Amino acid sequence: MNIADFIASINPVAASGAVLLLIGLWGVLSRPNLFKIAVAFSIMETGVNLIILSVGYIRGRTAPILDSAADAATAAQKMTDPVPQALVLTAIVIGLAVTALMLSYAVRLRAAGGGSSIESYGEEKW
Amino acid sequence: MMRKILVTIALAGFAWAFLPLMFDAGVIDAPGNLASAYLENSPKDFAAANVVTAIVVSYRGFDTLGEVAVLFAATAGVGSLLTKKRLGLTGKTEEKKASTEILRTATGILTGLLVMFGVYIFMHGHLTPGGGFQGGVVIATAVLLSLLASPQSQVAHGLMTVIESLSGAAYVGFGLLGAFLAWGFLDPRALPLGRLGALLSAGSIPLIYSAIGLKVGAELSGILEALKGDRE
Repeated sequence: MNIADFIASINPVAASGAVLLLIGLWGVLSRPNLFKIAVAFSIMETGVNLIILSVGYIRGRTAPILDSAADAATAAQKMTDPVPQALVLTAIVIGLAVTALMLSYAVRLRAAGGGSSIESYGEEKW
Repeated sequence: MMRKILVTIALAGFAWAFLPLMFDAGVIDAPGNLASAYLENSPKDFAAANVVTAIVVSYRGFDTLGEVAVLFAATAGVGSLLTKKRLGLTGKTEEKKASTEILRTATGILTGLLVMFGVYIFMHGHLTPGGGFQGGVVIATAVLLSLLASPQSQVAHGLMTVIESLSGAAYVGFGLLGAFLAWGFLDPRALPLGRLGALLSAGSIPLIYSAIGLKVGAELSGILEALKGDRE
């Protein structure tokens, strides 16, 4: 198997999603700044969403919207899986709500004089 | 040192777990049985051209109601966490730097267009790749632009509360209409289905999605205003 075949067999969406997820996980685990942890969570969510989307993608098929490309009779033969897309739509909105909540907790902790670094909260240190 | 080793092990483990997915994702021949049933039945059942919308609003409508509730809870949480009193800023009126001429002029031109575009996106959620959540976010960007252009200004709090409560009540109301006039809670067949692909089609789906759009727009505007940090 030569290199071109190997690269062609990689799903680009799943690969980039996995890379984003690993970057986010690294940020969550190793960055001490609370704001950076919130941003890392956001990056991780993007990665997870891309991975979920890539699972439902079918090569050569169209988006699950009825138009001239696929009518009601041929929908199941010509369209990709709509269920992961609906799940990701939900996940994006919940992710946004969680990010906003995380950021406001970080702002409150800093306003109370606690500092932005997780190192300044004794129990969370490891 | 120990921490770095543990983090590396965790990352390597996740990378190992995702390695097969990089080659196997997207190589199935056909959607599963449930997805095929959705694809075949949503035009027949609800006359909805966008199958994802049919799933989000009707087949899994109850999930979406819960999702809107989660978004509301998060907004309430952000709003109660970031008041002036709790941030220790009571009595201080911070002098905010005025925005630039370019931003103010652009905001004047763009705000109306952005709101119109958001309304367009959520009204056509059953026909095009859009919907209430996307349209609501576009409307919130218009509010964000206005807040950036005039930092002293406040979001009309009462109006936002009224829009949010009314659209939430409308969402549940259309759901109950489905329970009484059709076959179950959130069933869009309570209203006439119309022709597939027309703006007035798919029963109550466009109305429910418009309610979601207004609610999401109002809630995200509330979050933006709370993050500005001068809520009383």
